[in-house]
Amino acid sequence: MSIILDHVNYIYSRGTSDEVKALDDISFEIKDGDFIGLIGHTGSGKSTLVQHLDGLLKATSGHIYYNGEDIYDKGYNLKSLRSKVGLVFQYPEHQLFEEDVFKDVCFGPKNIGLTEGEAEIAAYQALKAVKLPEELFYVSPFDLSGGQKRRVAIAGVLAMEPEVLVLDEPTAGLDPEGRDEILGLVKQLHDEEGITIILVSHSMEDVADYVHHIIVMDKGRIHMNGTPKEVFWHASDLERIGLAAPRVTYIMRKLKQAGYNVDTTATTLSEAADSVLGAVRL
Amino acid sequence: MAIVETHNLSFDYIRRDDEGNVTGFTRAVNDVNLSVEKGQFIAILGGNGSGKSTLAKHINAILYPTEGYVLVDGKRTSEADHIWDIRQKAGMVFQNPDNQIIGSIVEEDVGFGPENMGIPTKEIWERVEEALKTLGMWEYRKHSPMRLSGGQKQRVAIAGVVAMHPQCIIMDEPTAMLDPSGRKDVIRAARALNDVEGVTIILITHYMEEVIYADKVFVMGKGEVRMSGTPREIFSRIDELEELRLDVPQVTRLAHELKLRGMTMLPDGILTEEELVDAICRSYSIM
Repeated sequence: MSIILDHVNYIYSRGTSDEVKALDDISFEIKDGDFIGLIGHTGSGKSTLVQHLDGLLKATSGHIYYNGEDIYDKGYNLKSLRSKVGLVFQYPEHQLFEEDVFKDVCFGPKNIGLTEGEAEIAAYQALKAVKLPEELFYVSPFDLSGGQKRRVAIAGVLAMEPEVLVLDEPTAGLDPEGRDEILGLVKQLHDEEGITIILVSHSMEDVADYVHHIIVMDKGRIHMNGTPKEVFWHASDLERIGLAAPRVTYIMRKLKQAGYNVDTTATTLSEAADSVLGAVRL
Repeated sequence: MAIVETHNLSFDYIRRDDEGNVTGFTRAVNDVNLSVEKGQFIAILGGNGSGKSTLAKHINAILYPTEGYVLVDGKRTSEADHIWDIRQKAGMVFQNPDNQIIGSIVEEDVGFGPENMGIPTKEIWERVEEALKTLGMWEYRKHSPMRLSGGQKQRVAIAGVVAMHPQCIIMDEPTAMLDPSGRKDVIRAARALNDVEGVTIILITHYMEEVIYADKVFVMGKGEVRMSGTPREIFSRIDELEELRLDVPQVTRLAHELKLRGMTMLPDGILTEEELVDAICRSYSIM
């Protein structure tokens, strides 16, 4: 499995005075099993980009290849693409609508043509995967907590058994424990189910802790593309485009300036702690 | 002098079935007593469902207590005669900027509140100018709010409240939907309103980093105030915070981790990068 974007451009409101180039010559590859963080300030093109991945938006020019097939070819089955690339929007719980949790999760698989029985099996497995307690399967989704609702919404996408899961700010509005639960779930889906993950996030700390690779967007272009260490090394460059490095990276730099031999590429708390302990006389 | 006081405040949400019959009650706030002094910067932390937004909605009389009472500048919120006075004194800013902006031009949106209060036109424009300058949005006064970023929209929403000359502004997760720079701008604006204009701020948030400059922090859990104190006192109690589904700033967490792993001379409750670097330099020599 791989997704290749080849010189993708997208222009909103083309031919009007409101014309905006939302994606500007985007080329990159997502490989099977990647765990990618997509960062950029509001309006940098992240959401526009992810909506191209499952064909919700069609590029003004350029090509997108899914497993070697051009998704813009005549006769390409976009419906099947949408079941393979699952998109979890921001505040996905606003889209819950059925009378109970189980029916809500069955909606997606039924919509892509599974039989009633197949859809129910898929829904059951998805709800198990997001660790929702069974006693909540038949309650109204509106009686759940914020974190539970969000897990149900993610289950609704997982029930379509996607190969790629794109999550647009899945932790927005959750408390710290809810945030850890959702990110732990995403990591488990990646590590155990082998699902390729694209995580759109505004939290540099979360991105540093979880992803293997970061794509930084600014003004519709790819500004940087590398490992967390490579990307966060350029802290002042990130600040110029409204982003930042994780807090611990700044602390390492200050300690280095103070003369301690610490690792200034540390981006996670445990890396930073190890490095500090190795650089001070206890 | 207290601007906001709650006395044994409790609130029940009423659950109803499809026909509208009452099926039960859910206690969202339970016996809360707190007092906010004029000019303070107060933060309220709490997990999802801890009752913090329900509490906030009592302060500007969107909700009324089931038991107990709330005083804003000495007036009871439950008395109908006071409601407009209270909403003018205690303004509210919500999470989603898109739901709070109604004007098609920034300056008109900001003028809506004072106009609604019956302020003379000339003074409305003075207040709009003052509010937009305070929030750093004056140069956008002729823009359409829909064309602004999330952080800019939220500052327009705050300007709309500021133009009503409130003594107190309650901000209910104003940064939850913003990117890092938008978040920084909104928090900076809140601190400036407090420092320079002396407006009392009550900030409700899930971001631990945003409360380190508060004068006092209240931590809610299951509808009750479970902890209160300065940010340093609160963030020294990591285990209790975790039980309440919360966390500490990453700097505080790193200091805590280092302390557990042998750097015992580091103090508890370190809040900023500078404090941590200074504390390390003071107590530990270079290897």
